[in-house]
Amino acid sequence: MTNKKYVLGVFDDEEVLLHAIPNVRAAGTKIHECYTPFPIHGIDDAMGIERSRLPIAAFFLGCCGLAFALWLQIYTLGYDWPMIIGGKPNIALPAFIPVSFELTVFFTAHGMVLTFLIISGLYPKTNTQVMDPRSTDDKFIMAIEVKEGKTDMVQLSDLLRTNGAVEVNEKEVVS
Amino acid sequence: MIAEERLIIPKKISNRFLMMIGLGLVLLVAGIVLMMIAGPAHHDAHGAAAATGHHATTWYERFLANLWLNNVYFTGIAIVGVFFTAVQYVAYAGWSVLIKRVLEGLGYYLPVGGVIMLLVFLLPIIFTGHNPLFHWTDHSLYEIDGPNYDPIIAGKSGFLNIPFYTIRLVLYFASWIFFAWWLRKQSVAEDLNGGLTFYDKSIRISAMFLVVFGVTSSLSAWDWVLSIDTHWFSTMFGWYVFASWFITGLAATTLTVIILKQNGYLKMVNANHLHDLGKFTFAFSIFWTYIWFSQFMLIWYANMPEEVTYFRERMGGYEDHYTWILFTNLFVNFVFPFLVLMTRDAKRQMIMLKLVCVVVLFGHWLDFYLMIMPGTLRGDSGFGLIELGTALTFLGIFLNRFTKGLTEASLVPVNHPFLEESIHHHV
Repeated sequence: MTNKKYVLGVFDDEEVLLHAIPNVRAAGTKIHECYTPFPIHGIDDAMGIERSRLPIAAFFLGCCGLAFALWLQIYTLGYDWPMIIGGKPNIALPAFIPVSFELTVFFTAHGMVLTFLIISGLYPKTNTQVMDPRSTDDKFIMAIEVKEGKTDMVQLSDLLRTNGAVEVNEKEVVS
Repeated sequence: MIAEERLIIPKKISNRFLMMIGLGLVLLVAGIVLMMIAGPAHHDAHGAAAATGHHATTWYERFLANLWLNNVYFTGIAIVGVFFTAVQYVAYAGWSVLIKRVLEGLGYYLPVGGVIMLLVFLLPIIFTGHNPLFHWTDHSLYEIDGPNYDPIIAGKSGFLNIPFYTIRLVLYFASWIFFAWWLRKQSVAEDLNGGLTFYDKSIRISAMFLVVFGVTSSLSAWDWVLSIDTHWFSTMFGWYVFASWFITGLAATTLTVIILKQNGYLKMVNANHLHDLGKFTFAFSIFWTYIWFSQFMLIWYANMPEEVTYFRERMGGYEDHYTWILFTNLFVNFVFPFLVLMTRDAKRQMIMLKLVCVVVLFGHWLDFYLMIMPGTLRGDSGFGLIELGTALTFLGIFLNRFTKGLTEASLVPVNHPFLEESIHHHV
């Protein structure tokens, strides 16, 4: 078990935080994460977070769903237990389209949720550390990882305060 | 204060539209002359779907069918411009303000469309007694004990009769043109005077128009397209035609925005606005497919003779005359836009959007071809000089009216209350 230490800059206003981010980054400080009560438009770009690759996963999950749906219907209705329904052929593709559509959506939706949980490391019993509970209420938190011996705490604190942080705290997180 | 942006169409370009009309007319006349020399096409009356009492198609019928096809198609694009403007007002939308003048410009074709529609419907009736496009205009169908008496069509005569049809046609266009003009008037007055009064009034006008359009869009689809296949009916049809019109109008809007942008206009439109337009084009391609399939599957599954004839004609009927068009239609209007516009990047790049818009515009022309031709020309339709000439002529007229609409006012609605929001639009 290693403990990680973070410096938390507490902001009162999302606009102040949004303007502070490029300044902090320009000073050469790597921002670990920002915690805010609501999504802030443009914060991804400001923090330099790349676009999610989840849509690519979604496409392939959808393909899996479509393939599974077609296999299921063609195999069960065409080969395993052929039945004549409404005088149509056993493998009647137009009739399969609604089910194929539904299963494509089903696989995509559930698969995306699972993919998201896995890539975010959110397994069952994961102990998620809340940096500052006030970030679920009215405060905007910017967390910066402290590297022992490398980070100048006074300088970092000054940097955050000059950019509008109302408080600068430290927090140790068990990881 | 944001500066106005005036579109100036060089004389060379506007002459090109006139040349388009001229060339179209020449091709059209050439096509008609060739068809007259060759004599009417002879359709062999075998095959499962061969209609009884069928006669050879003349150039005159083919010409009328083409006029009707192109006019329905371009009128649809025009009215969707007005419809989408109204939707933006009612939804309090901000993003679309910068492209709003393009939508308004589309509506300028409506008066021309109305006149052509009325003439193409009425002139054949005045001169020959009935309109060959619409089987139900033949009055011998209604003579009880007559050799042509058709009890099904006679039963529909309360709705499908020439005076009522003409009144409806005039009413659709009158109401559409009136609302297009009224909305446009507010928009232009807002440019000059500013303030919120014009915006508030536009919302009220839009709400009224949407109610009117909700009824007239379905009714006009029944009148102009569904009544061609007089015996057949489909409760999905109003939506089907509307979906086709809507995606065509969106593609036309997107294409115009890109072309204007590439020529140095609409400077404040950026990838975010294109992204939204791309999403609309993507989404409503799927919507159209959904409607198409809903109509198809119910009819295919129930397999009732009076309903299924429609698809028998288009799939396998007339010796597979229309089969390839039906599958091409599904491919270019669904598979292609669906796969090409799926990624975020494709919706933000002009080249991809442009490609899809052109394909979709052509694809939905084919869609209307597939709605109108089998019922009018049976197995004798084709793609020849008449089709090319008529389409070119209509395109020329449409572009002439459309660019007139675009040049008449600033491309940027300078006093629109949501202009600032649209400039800073970000997705």
